[in-house]
Parts: sequence; C-alpha cells; structure tokens
Amino acid sequence: MTQLIFELSQQHRRAASQIPAANYDCSDIPAEFLRKTLPRLPEVSELDVVRHFTQLSQRNFSIDTHFYPLGSCTMKYNPRGVHRMAMLEGFLQHHPLSLEVHSQGFMACAYELQEMLKAVTGMRAVSLTPMAGAQGEFAGVAMIRAYHRARADHARDEILVPDAAHGTNPASAVQCGFKVREIATGSDGNMDIDALRAAVGPHTAGIMLTNPSTLGVFEQKIREMSKIIHAAGGLLYYDGANLNAILGKVRPGDMGFDVMHINLHKTFATPHGGGGPGGGPVAVGERLVPFLPVPMVQKTADGFRWLTETDCPETIGRLSTFMGNAGIILRAYFYARLLGREGLHRVAEFATLNANYLLAKLTAAGFTPAYVTRRASHEFIITLKNEAKTFHITALDVAKRLLDYGFHAPTMYFPLLIPECLLIEPTETESKQTLDAFADVLIKIMQEAKTNPALLQTAPHTLPVKRLDDVKAARELDLVYIQ
Amino acid sequence: MPFIPHTSEDIKQMLATINVVNIQQLFDEIPKDLLTADLSSLPLGVTEMELMREMRECANQDAGLQCFIGAGAYEHHIPAAVWDIVGRGEFMTAYTPYQAEASQGTLQLLYEYQTMMARLMDLNVSNASLYDGASALAEAILMAVRIQRKHQSHRVLIPRTLHPYYRQVIHAIVSQQNIELIEIAFNEKTGRTDQKALAAFDKQEITALVIPQPNFFGVIEEVDLLTDWAKTQNAIAVAVVNPLAMALLKPPGQWGKTGVDIACGEGQPLGVPLSSGGPYYGFLTCKKEHVRQLPGRIIGRTVDAEGKQGFVLTLQAREQHIRRAKATSNICTNQGLLVTASTIYMSLLGPEGLRQVALASHHQLRLLKEKVAQLADVKILFSSPCFHECVLQFKTPVKKILQALATYRIQGGFNLQPVYPELGECLLVCVTETKTSEDLEQFVRRLREAVSAVREVCV
Repeated sequence: MTQLIFELSQQHRRAASQIPAANYDCSDIPAEFLRKTLPRLPEVSELDVVRHFTQLSQRNFSIDTHFYPLGSCTMKYNPRGVHRMAMLEGFLQHHPLSLEVHSQGFMACAYELQEMLKAVTGMRAVSLTPMAGAQGEFAGVAMIRAYHRARADHARDEILVPDAAHGTNPASAVQCGFKVREIATGSDGNMDIDALRAAVGPHTAGIMLTNPSTLGVFEQKIREMSKIIHAAGGLLYYDGANLNAILGKVRPGDMGFDVMHINLHKTFATPHGGGGPGGGPVAVGERLVPFLPVPMVQKTADGFRWLTETDCPETIGRLSTFMGNAGIILRAYFYARLLGREGLHRVAEFATLNANYLLAKLTAAGFTPAYVTRRASHEFIITLKNEAKTFHITALDVAKRLLDYGFHAPTMYFPLLIPECLLIEPTETESKQTLDAFADVLIKIMQEAKTNPALLQTAPHTLPVKRLDDVKAARELDLVYIQ
Repeated sequence: MPFIPHTSEDIKQMLATINVVNIQQLFDEIPKDLLTADLSSLPLGVTEMELMREMRECANQDAGLQCFIGAGAYEHHIPAAVWDIVGRGEFMTAYTPYQAEASQGTLQLLYEYQTMMARLMDLNVSNASLYDGASALAEAILMAVRIQRKHQSHRVLIPRTLHPYYRQVIHAIVSQQNIELIEIAFNEKTGRTDQKALAAFDKQEITALVIPQPNFFGVIEEVDLLTDWAKTQNAIAVAVVNPLAMALLKPPGQWGKTGVDIACGEGQPLGVPLSSGGPYYGFLTCKKEHVRQLPGRIIGRTVDAEGKQGFVLTLQAREQHIRRAKATSNICTNQGLLVTASTIYMSLLGPEGLRQVALASHHQLRLLKEKVAQLADVKILFSSPCFHECVLQFKTPVKKILQALATYRIQGGFNLQPVYPELGECLLVCVTETKTSEDLEQFVRRLREAVSAVREVCV
C-alpha cells in the first residue's frame, strides 16, 4: 500500500530550495484579512515528493504502458515530440493577455489549426475555445438556440437524441434549456427513421448524432435523416467523438450537419492526462457562423488578430477565461502537421482495419458481435449475454480479468441498449501483434470462464488492489483525508 | 506512415482474416457520394526534426519578454520536479479512471488533491477539478441555483470587481437557464464592492452572492461583511479566489460568522505554466451539506475485497453517463493533468513555502507601488491594500504606453480601458515572486520613459 502524502509529513520538514527565503512583511494588510494558521499541506522533502508521485504513477495503466482499447475514447499514441514542442519557452511562458504583437507564434498555430479543421470537417468556420467535448456540445446547442431565436422561432424547445447517444448529449441539451426526446435504434443499428419522422415538428430545435454511431456502425440513412430534420426546421449536431472513424474519408458537412465538435484528445492525439485536459473545438456551416464562441484568430495583411465580441456581435459569448486549452490546441496542430494530408487520410483507414480485424478474429473465436451483418467502424461491440448466462460471469468480470493480463479493459455497459457489452476501439496506432495478443487473452479468459469462473468473478488479482467496493465509497463518503 | 506500425505483410494477413481485398472495401457500407473528403488543401507531413525547427522559430517570436501582466493568469516559479513527474506517460496518457484498480495512481493523487484544496479553502469537500476558473464559477452558480431550487426566480449578484472575462463566461453559460445576473457597483475610492449598492437588495430573494478575493483590481475585499450579508439574506455565498493568496489571506471557510457555502477559482497559480491561457483548471470546494449538488468527478476512498485502502470515482449517480438528461452537469472531462501538477506543487512548497510565495509576491508589489508613487503623471488608483496586483492611472493612452514598453521587451500589464472605460486610462500591473528588485527598478525606469515619450507625442 502506498501511504498518503499526508502520512509522510513530518513537522518542519521542507523542500528548502523551493521556498523564497527572505523575511517579507505584510503589515499593510489589516489582521482581519489574514490567515491565522497555515494550511495543513504536507511537510516533506523534495525527494519524498518525487518518490511518492513517481510511485503513484506506477500504479496507473496508460497508453504509454498498456494497450488501452477503451471504446469511444480513441486512446491512440500521443507523440512525445508534440509534447516537447508545446513546452517550448515561447509557447509555455506566453501570457494569454499579451499584446497581439507578442502573440503571433501561438496565433499562427491556432489559425492554421482552424483552417485544417475546416478542411477535414467540410464546415465553414471553426472556433477552438471549447475546453472539452461536452463544452463543445454546449456551445453547439447554444448556437442552435441562438439561431432559432435570431429568427424569432421561439417554439423550438426540443432536442432529439438517439437512445444510444453519449450521456453528455442529453445533459448538454438540458444545460442549454432544452427538453430532450430519445429516438429508438432499429435492430440493424441504424436509427428508426419512422420514429424520427413521428418525432419532428415545429418544436424541433435539432438533433444530436454521432456517425458512425456509438454502436460502432455507420448510420447509412444519414442523408435522409438530415432531410427530415431540415424540412422540419431543425438543425443537425454532429458529436465528433467518433471522428477518427471517418477522418479523411467523409466530412460531417457533406452529411448535412450544421454544427459539430471535434475531440482533440481523441482524433488529434493530445494526451488525456488521467481525465483531461480535453479539447472540443466547434465547427459550423454557413447558418451558424455569426454565433460561434469567441475569441477566434483572424489572418490579416499585418499578421494575426483576435476576433472578439466587438467583431462578432451575435456570438454566444466566451466559454473560457482566455483561449480555451491553448496548449492542447498547439498539440493538435503539431500532430496534424506531422501527419500531413497523406497521414490524416490514413487515420480512418487503419483505425477501421484494426477494428474489423479484431472483430473478425473474435467472431471466429466464438464471440458474439452486437451487429453480425455490419462492418465495424473504428470500434465495435461484442455482447457477452450468452456467456453471462452460461458461466455466471459478467462483462465487468471479463473487464477486470483483462487487467490481470496487462490490457486495459474496453468500455463496459455502453451503449446501454446492448446487454453485457464491451465496446472495443483499438485505434490505428496498435500493431497486428498487439491485437493478436489481446484476442488470445480474451479467448483464454473465456476458457477460464468455463473451467474456473471464480477467477473472473474475483479479478483483478495482480494489481495493487483487489476489486474495490464502490457501494461503500458512495455510502460512507470519504472525500478528504481527516487526520 | 507516422504512428501507424503496419507492415505490408501485416496488412495482407489482416485483410485476408477479414476477407476483404483492400482497405477501401471496409468502407462499403458508407454511401459512395459521402466518401468525398478532400485533404488536398492541407500541407504534406513533415518529420519531427523539421517541425521542431520550424516551431522553435515560431515560438521564439514571442519568447524572452519580461511579464508584468496578471489579470487571471500568473507567472510563478514552477519547481523542475513538477513537470518532470507530470510528463511521465503513466500520468499523461491515462484516461479518466473508469477502471479503478488500474488507475490507483491517478485516483490517490486526486484524493490527495481534494484534501489539499479543501484544507487551503478551509471547507469540507472538493471535486477533482473543472475546466478553468471562469467555468468553475459558472458551475458554482448553477450549483447555488440547485441548492435554492425553491426560489421563484433566480437572481445572482455579481460584483463589477469580478474579472470581466469571468462575467462574460458565466453570462454565456448560465443565461441559457433563465438565471438573472445583477451587477454590483464598486466604490471608486477603495476599489471594493460597494456595501451601499448591496444594501439596495436587503430583504429581497437573492439566490447567491459572488465574492471575489482578491478582486480583479488586486484589491482585498471586505469578505467578512459580504459573507455575513449573504447569509442574513439566505443567499448562497460563493467565493471566487486566487488559491495561492489563500495561503496568506483568510480562507473562504472562515469568512464572516459562518464561512461561505462554495469556494471556487482558477488553479493555474499553483504550478501550471501560462501557456497562452490553458490548459489550466478550475477548482470547486464546498460545505459538506452541498456535496450532492457538486458537479464533476469526485474521488472517494474505500476498501478492496481484502479490506485494503483504495480509491474510486464516486457519487457517479450525479453524472451525465448515468443520469443523462437529469445529471447535475454535462461535464465528462476534468483537468486531471493540471491537478497532477498542482498536487505536486503544493506538496513541494508545503504550508510555509506556499505562504512565502504569496508573501513574496505581495511584498514585491508593495515595492513597485512605492517606486511608482514617485513618478509624475502616474497615480495608484485605489486606497485599499492589494495582494499582488494594482491599478495605475495615467493621463495619456495606456495602449500607447504599453506599446512603448514593448520596445524594451517589457509586457507592462493589462489595459483596463476597454473593460472599465469609467476608470479612464488605467493599467493593471502584476508582480510575483519571480521579479527581483532590479526587475522592478528597470520596469519603473522604462515606465517613466514610456510615459514621457507618450506625453510628448500626445502634446
């Protein structure tokens, strides 16, 4: 067990070389405004700190250490060179409120990324500021709302989402003051078009979709769906979570989408950092351009300049204090430059090749795909409902057992409509040999399920902790350490 | 092929296993008229060496400047150990810790972070972070609205001393939900929120009062009075603070008779580089009774099957992936990597170190104020004590003064004229522990030259 840093603390121990040494005084501040006792932070040496957090890092799975086929999360390799470039002094020490003349380096990169994202999405304009996919969704839905309001079309109070959508979709719509209506999925994995037709009307503000869908298949009737929504006066939102599947192949703009976000931490390989930072730029078609969030970067004859509220009076406003996750914007830009047009074109091809290969191997080994007759996109779903019944195991047990073999588990129990499912996304940066090893382990785990199901039910066995008690965590809340 | 490891033999075998003749066939379910992406306008790929050289030149354009700008993003020394450890792949390239047993490093670190942040604010609980300071304040306001859900209408009082960009962000985010944001004026002598302006709302139904400390002008607000006023109104008191300053100033949990309900702010000063404005992180802490209204990821300590300590994501029933349309927020991502930096930073500095950094910043600002006070045609605008920023007023355009300073490679501060036109020509200047007395001498000398150069041009 690794001790908490607070348990390493010894009174008066300190990392002296980090502490400004002089005697400063704050006698100009009246005592009533001052802190009376020091905050109880750990009192440790620099070596204590380095050793403690290095040891903690070793208790993580990560892309750098493990295959991480987490469906819908696109855990591809995050190039080290990209990180190094973002840490160059001129980028790292650059203040967000520096004069434009002192910001041309960052602004050039941001501008070029805006242009590149326009090209890959087939959209008219891009704003880079949203700080994650969910904030991009919020921005997109807020723009849809602003668009209808600008036309004095106040009856449109409903956003449609497929029942398989990411949970952020309905949550974002509600944050923008909309009601949410779910549309059912047909047995072939496509949306039920009749249900969609029945749902639209003068109250429809728009629909939120990802394509390929969260079910790992391409929504083939997308053109027809876009006609239905547009005919009803609504707009189409593209959830860019699955953009990796079509990058360089299909452009959301051509499918009829009016607005979308791009998850830079997925498609553009920026590091996920244990749950963030993300990056969720939004791209829009002609109709929504006036409403884009600010700031954006404009190119002029005299160099780059910021577009703000003054230039964009109809903007939905500012979503972050400064320029969103600027360092992530830089990383996405560097990644796109390293790949170039020929490399970006291959992303979807090899992500799709890897997914279909793994699907074929697992199907041949007896696993049940959720959609037998469909091609996989960049990800696919297998359902363990038969195995669950026969061997009294769950998808969770299989996921935990995978950890024992050094593989991060796929996404479990999502989408909600497929029972006992694993959503598997290998990404294009994994080799055939890694996929083979993963398939072999899944096959082996199924053998274990037959011969010794307890091995799965009590997994993991080889990690720093055994299976953790979530119920206790939620019932007996222990969120901060009390000494 | 950059980052794609497949050999031609691999590809051949994989296609055979799938039983297709080429990769194009894998896209045969997509209508042909949609397979129209055209990347020909994009540049060709380059090697790491080529791009590194190009980007070094690109970055150098903006390097090597002395920075006296603050205004919500602060230059502090960051110990080398912080980003050396943050840069470890195990932290940097992990995802949200959904598989707790395979994420104990991140999870324990976040639990330690929650503890440190709660202690720094002197409140009971903290979440695992939000996007940035401004969006954290927007979430804090939405939280206050949920706590006060019995109110007929939702009116939130926002001091004009709050960061103008924070005011814009909360407006963009919360106005979608029929929440009225009412601006509270400041006293033009002290630069503090005007108690009289607040008194106009006595005995009215107010959902929340936002209290900045220090405020955007660097001025230390009368937080005890403001908190007590909010509590007598049954309004939720929401503090928005510089976390570094809380090592020196009274923390929100101790404001007034009861302490505030919620404290949030920008975590950047604690070990996160300026980096053109992000990624930073927002922190959000509160009293225990509001924990179920807290948005974002929260880590809890529990035990494993053998009774051994371990950590998990908890209270997930609030979150979008479970509750969907009924979630407390749409947040999925936090800013885990930046919190990693802050946790290591706070551990290295410790209680005394953090206070010393705050104190040094404050002390250096006082030195600057003393020197500036001797300059002709420059006025220190507000009479109240400041933390590490202050407002200077000029008789000539600040824009021109900043341009003149720029010729000396000095970034002189943030021009307040566009955001506070009522103050005339004002500059917000920030000094941190990174500035030596020589730096301050140099700044004041150059400022004197800039002021007189601009005066001559204007005359």
